[in-house]
Amino acid sequence: MLKIEKMNMSYGDLQVLWDISFHVNDGEIVVLVGANGAGKSSILKTISGLQAVSSGNVEFDGIDLTKIPPSEIIKSGVVHVPEARRLFNEMSVEENLIMGSLHGEAKLKRNETIEKCYDLFPRLRERKKQLAGTLSGGEQQMAAVARGLMSLPKVLMLDEPSLGLAPVLVKDIFDIIKSIRQQGITVLLVEQNVQSTLIFCDRAYVLENGRITLEGTGEELLNNEHVRSAYLGI
Amino acid sequence: MGENKKMIQFTKWEIITLIGAIILPFIFDFSPYIQGLLIFIMLWVILGSSWNLLAGFTGQVSFGHAAYFGVGAYTAGLLYFHFKISPWWGLLLGGFVAVIFGYLLGIIVFRLRGPYFALGTLATGEILRLVFGEEEWLTNGHNGILYMTTWVSKYPYYFVGLALAAASVISIKIIMRTKAGFYFLSIREDEDAAAALGINTKKYKNISMAVSTFWAGIAGAFYMIYMGFIDPEVVFSLHNISILSILVGIIGGVGTVWGPAVGAVTMVFVQELFRSALFGLAPQWFSGLHALIFGVLVIVVILFMPGGIMGDWELIAKRFRKSTRAESEA
Repeated sequence: MLKIEKMNMSYGDLQVLWDISFHVNDGEIVVLVGANGAGKSSILKTISGLQAVSSGNVEFDGIDLTKIPPSEIIKSGVVHVPEARRLFNEMSVEENLIMGSLHGEAKLKRNETIEKCYDLFPRLRERKKQLAGTLSGGEQQMAAVARGLMSLPKVLMLDEPSLGLAPVLVKDIFDIIKSIRQQGITVLLVEQNVQSTLIFCDRAYVLENGRITLEGTGEELLNNEHVRSAYLGI
Repeated sequence: MGENKKMIQFTKWEIITLIGAIILPFIFDFSPYIQGLLIFIMLWVILGSSWNLLAGFTGQVSFGHAAYFGVGAYTAGLLYFHFKISPWWGLLLGGFVAVIFGYLLGIIVFRLRGPYFALGTLATGEILRLVFGEEEWLTNGHNGILYMTTWVSKYPYYFVGLALAAASVISIKIIMRTKAGFYFLSIREDEDAAAALGINTKKYKNISMAVSTFWAGIAGAFYMIYMGFIDPEVVFSLHNISILSILVGIIGGVGTVWGPAVGAVTMVFVQELFRSALFGLAPQWFSGLHALIFGVLVIVVILFMPGGIMGDWELIAKRFRKSTRAESEA
């Protein structure tokens, strides 16, 4: 279980996260929703260690993630697929996937996992020798998710996987997220696509100005007056 | 990481180039002037390769490689100046002292990224230039350090330079085939993503820095041995060392193993061509334009061959093939 307690974080003098507390149970899909600049991506960055916390706890299966460097965090099973895909453009798709399995068990099972990823994303198998920078937006997103899966995550954190994709591809990506959960991987999702994510997530947290203002099951939030007016425009 | 597990393999052209460079002085009877140019080419191959590993392959664009070049040169120079130890020992030591400086300065500059990293490295080079100029008790300041060169003939220097240049290129070729090389590229492509995937980016940036500064230091010490004179304004020069390392890399091809070698040949040749006013064929005032014309060349390369000569080789070759075909058809 991933547990965040009273986390504060600042970029220099500018505090962007205030007293953030939430948890993700094993096997859940939990989504953080909020507008631009609410602090969604910053939360993921602090969990994966790319950004240091000012105070508070990030704990995963009893390990304090704030005390270990990002290269160790990934070994504990917490894997971050950053925003805007961030592939290595000048490397092939296959090389990008290999970069996802650098340590420990993931490295040993590399060939097995890579085949699983190609089964999940047949398009990537077709294009494995192609440079990642030449893929379409949807394919790049698939490659980014696959690269995350290559690390054999226990918790997969996805930062706006639907960003910049056509509606039909957005649906594909969300279907894939559901099938990832069926494989027993916990998913922590950050999204602006509020309506479609609330429908299939287990629980959700609403972020406003760096604070968690609402929490509940997807259904509860879909029926919440504030969420309806502020995010769904109803 | 590929299917080919063999650490290193040389292509036909690489072997031809190396053998050609070895037998070149035996075929032609070069004047000392040309011999000097050849030695400078070797020097720039080492320095260009050094810059290229850090900037071209790892994406950490240094504007301060003169710092490590100068430290290498002064390691050799000061050993002689204070202790009368032959600078040839300094050649060995210069690389390692530069690595130590690189590590210490890296603690500061690796906190910065992109243009800020470039400015940070630029500052380190300039700071060292000023410090080495002022601290006369240690460095003899602006009077510089003078050393009677070992050989009168230039050929021995040529072969030493060639050996070092070949070693620098081969070392980088080998590194880029290892796991570390793969990590360097990932850091260049996206440092955050690399860190998120569990690469210890700090460690690998330092490894890249260490190899890069090692060769820069060696180049500096070799310069000291060959020229027999150094002063801070020369070896820590921003425009003559730091910027030219970058230009050698850009013209030859950023992020290619052989780019700096091609860039070094081009740079020394073009610069000399214009400095000598087209080898005396043009009027004397023409030589004053050499910096300007070299600058124009760099702009042309950046505009039309952003990958440099080696990076865009396929493109250039295609164009030539096309034009020869057009000629034969006409």
